[in-house]
Amino acid sequence: MAQSLDNSDFRPTGLRGVAADFSSDQRAFKTASWGKAMMWIFLLSDTFVFGCFLLAYMTARMSTPVPWPNPSEVFALHIGGQDVPLILIAIMTFVLISSSGTMAMAVNFGYRRERGRTAALMLATALLGATFVGMQAFEWTKLISEGVRPWENPWGAPQFGSTFFMITGFHGTHVTIGVIFLLIVARKVWRGDYDVARRGFFTSRKGQYESVEIMGLYWHFVDLVWVFIFAFFYLW
Amino acid sequence: MSETTAHLQAPAQAHSAQQHPIRLYLVVWGLLFVLSAFSYMVDYLGVQGLARWSLIIIFMMLKAGLIVAVFMHMAWERLALVYAILLPPAAVLIFTALMISEANYTILTRLAFFSTAP
Repeated sequence: MAQSLDNSDFRPTGLRGVAADFSSDQRAFKTASWGKAMMWIFLLSDTFVFGCFLLAYMTARMSTPVPWPNPSEVFALHIGGQDVPLILIAIMTFVLISSSGTMAMAVNFGYRRERGRTAALMLATALLGATFVGMQAFEWTKLISEGVRPWENPWGAPQFGSTFFMITGFHGTHVTIGVIFLLIVARKVWRGDYDVARRGFFTSRKGQYESVEIMGLYWHFVDLVWVFIFAFFYLW
Repeated sequence: MSETTAHLQAPAQAHSAQQHPIRLYLVVWGLLFVLSAFSYMVDYLGVQGLARWSLIIIFMMLKAGLIVAVFMHMAWERLALVYAILLPPAAVLIFTALMISEANYTILTRLAFFSTAP
């Protein structure tokens, strides 16, 4: 079994450890299972996708002579007789961070084999994620009704619309896929698939509670991307 | 010999089970809330110029660091995985520098040749 090889007490640390791991036999990532390593590598590729989106946005914004619409005003909501700047985006940020918190706790309870709590926390995460997507749909509807299109908008540089729909749309798609994944894994946890090593419907492999952590890696990444979108698109 | 027994006594799933106290996650959760509130206040209070950009970047990097290190357990992974995942995105920074130079050139030519100003 792989477990017996993974006692890290006998492994060198630091740069010497990096060299030893990469030059070793069979596998480079000693403490990460293949599933976890593959999820990390997928997330790395996704980092480049979103990195390119944000770079394209930066280039468009820097190279247009037309003033960029002020996101603080564009995303303001009229509450109680006054415009509160960016309030919807701030609430969306808090909702997504909360979902990350519940996901982290779900992973923790998963490793303690507390099925009920794990499944409940994953459902809470999915619910918060669905709330986020719902608020994003509201935001899109509001902006479209105000005349924002990928090729024009009432306030300034036309590239604003295309970058907005592209970046938030791609992120929203990731959240939506994450919610579906969460529901699938939560059902498996609830049914006890990982306790009896029941084979999955898709890969026919026996699952374990590590699946919850791998699911968590994806979900935290979605939150991570939002941190960058929030900073560069909404606050800048 | 002692190594063999240590191997045998290693608990099953020890290679991947990330067991940390719940308190740690709650503290990080709270910190992320506070940092998000701070970055929202940057916009709400209308901080402008260099102060705005540096504050936004600082809060963003702190939040990203907390999520990756604690929530994604990167702090407890072997250095080989940390380097394999965290170093490649540095290439994006070089790409950024290239595109800043490119964007400056584009705006320059646009202003020089398409400007309607007298």
